Amino acid sequence: MFKLLNGPQTLGATRVFWISFLFVVLVALVYPAAADAYDVGNVAYLLIWTFMAMGLCLVWGYGGMLSFGQTLFFGVAGYGYAVLATNLGGDAGTTFLALILALTLACMAAAVLGYFMIWGRVNGVFFGIVTLSATLVLSFFLGQTAGPEWRIGTARLNGFNGMKDMPALNVPWRGGESLTFDGVPLYYLVMALVVVVYLGLRVLLNSRFGNIIVAMREDPQRAELLGYDVRKFQLATFVIGSGLAGLSGVLYTSWGQFITPASIGLPAAAMPIIWVAFSGRGDITATLVGSFLVLWAFQVLTVYSQQAALLLMGVMLLCTVVVAPQGFAIGIVQGMRRLIRGRAVHRSGPGEREIKA
Amino acid sequence: MIAEIFSFFYQFADVFAFLILSAAGLAIVFGMMGVINMAHGEFIMCGAYVTVGLVHAGFPLPLAQLCGTLLAALAGVAVEWCLVRKLYKRPLDSLLATWGLSLVVTQGMLLLFGSSTAGIGTPEGSFILGAYSFSVYRIVLFLAALGVLGGIYLIFMSSRFGVHARATMQNAAIAQATGVRVNRVYALSFGIGAGLAGLCGALYAPTMTLIPTMGAAFLVESFVTVVVGGANVLLGTAPAGILLAVIRTALNGWGGQIVGQIGMLLAVIVVIRVLPEGMSGWFARRSR
Repeated sequence: MFKLLNGPQTLGATRVFWISFLFVVLVALVYPAAADAYDVGNVAYLLIWTFMAMGLCLVWGYGGMLSFGQTLFFGVAGYGYAVLATNLGGDAGTTFLALILALTLACMAAAVLGYFMIWGRVNGVFFGIVTLSATLVLSFFLGQTAGPEWRIGTARLNGFNGMKDMPALNVPWRGGESLTFDGVPLYYLVMALVVVVYLGLRVLLNSRFGNIIVAMREDPQRAELLGYDVRKFQLATFVIGSGLAGLSGVLYTSWGQFITPASIGLPAAAMPIIWVAFSGRGDITATLVGSFLVLWAFQVLTVYSQQAALLLMGVMLLCTVVVAPQGFAIGIVQGMRRLIRGRAVHRSGPGEREIKA
Repeated sequence: MIAEIFSFFYQFADVFAFLILSAAGLAIVFGMMGVINMAHGEFIMCGAYVTVGLVHAGFPLPLAQLCGTLLAALAGVAVEWCLVRKLYKRPLDSLLATWGLSLVVTQGMLLLFGSSTAGIGTPEGSFILGAYSFSVYRIVLFLAALGVLGGIYLIFMSSRFGVHARATMQNAAIAQATGVRVNRVYALSFGIGAGLAGLCGALYAPTMTLIPTMGAAFLVESFVTVVVGGANVLLGTAPAGILLAVIRTALNGWGGQIVGQIGMLLAVIVVIRVLPEGMSGWFARRSR
């Protein structure tokens, strides 16, 4: 299985790459000792969104299905966690049960919507429109749930104001206390999840499954003629990618003890697309690194002016499509490769050049 | 009794006018070039803002609306030349690029003009039927929607530009080989699409609050109408408008605005599942 960490579907297979990866993980492990609690919590918050980005990279970049539904499943899982955690109370590890149930709920919703679309041969732009419509339906629906009759168990849905003060993720700890995951513990939890999900996706994408879904992205008819049931693989991809968005949703709700329909509706639904398109949807590493950097830059800018930050997002999107359609992170990596290889060829002489072309 | 029937028809006409006026421009651009124009809402906003600005400067309303439409059309030609020209036959890239443009324009407008601008009131005039009174302006909007449909039909069926445009829609390469100036057809079509969006904004400006993000209110409805209508503008937009307006009006009457909105979106999902090529695709296949 560890052999599958490197393969044709992911960039970065050299020793240099893996040594840098280990270096980054080490730095991340010791970071809380060197930074104050607020910054650590902030980095955890930025990392929470990367699951959604990686999920979209899987569905769109590798699967070829442009899905506007990431925030839909973010919302389903987030609200699911909020309702379940409020109803089950917050002790004896019931919050982790709520997490698992919320993720299951998001995956089931993805399976239903995905079945409906994929078996109906909805693809291309129409896939995006249907997922966008579904996302807006949920956002409108949750927005009008103000009023005391809108409740599930003891949890009121509260319309546009959203749900708050649900118990955060916690586990029973020694001494009768419970360890609540916020600040530094949440940081370590999210870091661990990021590493596990990232490596897991690398293994998945370089395995037989990954090769098949890339083949389906390139030419679905040819894949079908080779004997693969395109629909099943597309559905599996969609469910996994949407489940990752659900993971983002649960962690976000636990981080802020807060979730509103605004996280589901229109400006929010476009954000994952912008991050992934800009970073480079064709590669999981590019998406992870690029999305984190874009989120961090967006946060820095929003402090000064939200309009300027969104305007910059728009400009970035325009530049990406016109200048580097495969994404800036990938474009930069390829440019660097060309520079390094070009220099090496130049040094070696004319014979080498022909081979390396 | 007659008043009730007319009241239902009036609400249907209101929703129908909204869907047709907002979708017509988008349908032309999508049907012609396969470009998903997410900045459609911004052309609507352009038409609305120009109209309101000119009315505040003293122009009479119809003239201001005409100017709003023309300016939006010119903006459309400019956008086509700078940006969209590079994105034909790349539907997902055109979606992203125009979305970026939309973000830039709305946030830029927010920074420049602030979040609200003084609007203009709906022109007065109402008529009474039975126990209800209805606004005349909404009937004007309905007649304008019918006019737009008729105008599109006339342009595309009876003019030389229309023949060239339909040829380009069918097969651009062969059309170009027979001498049609395809680039000019594209530019003009995008301009017409943007102009129709500006017309929608200009017509609805007296009925709405003017905020830079007002385009978003039109965007989803126009998109679903275009998608349900299918790629053929002439064949699909009107039936899609009728179907969705009937569904929306019925649901509005039954459960209120939100139920109507949600129900219409759910209906769109079902229609796309059942008729993946939209209504015009279904008609085209039936007629074969």
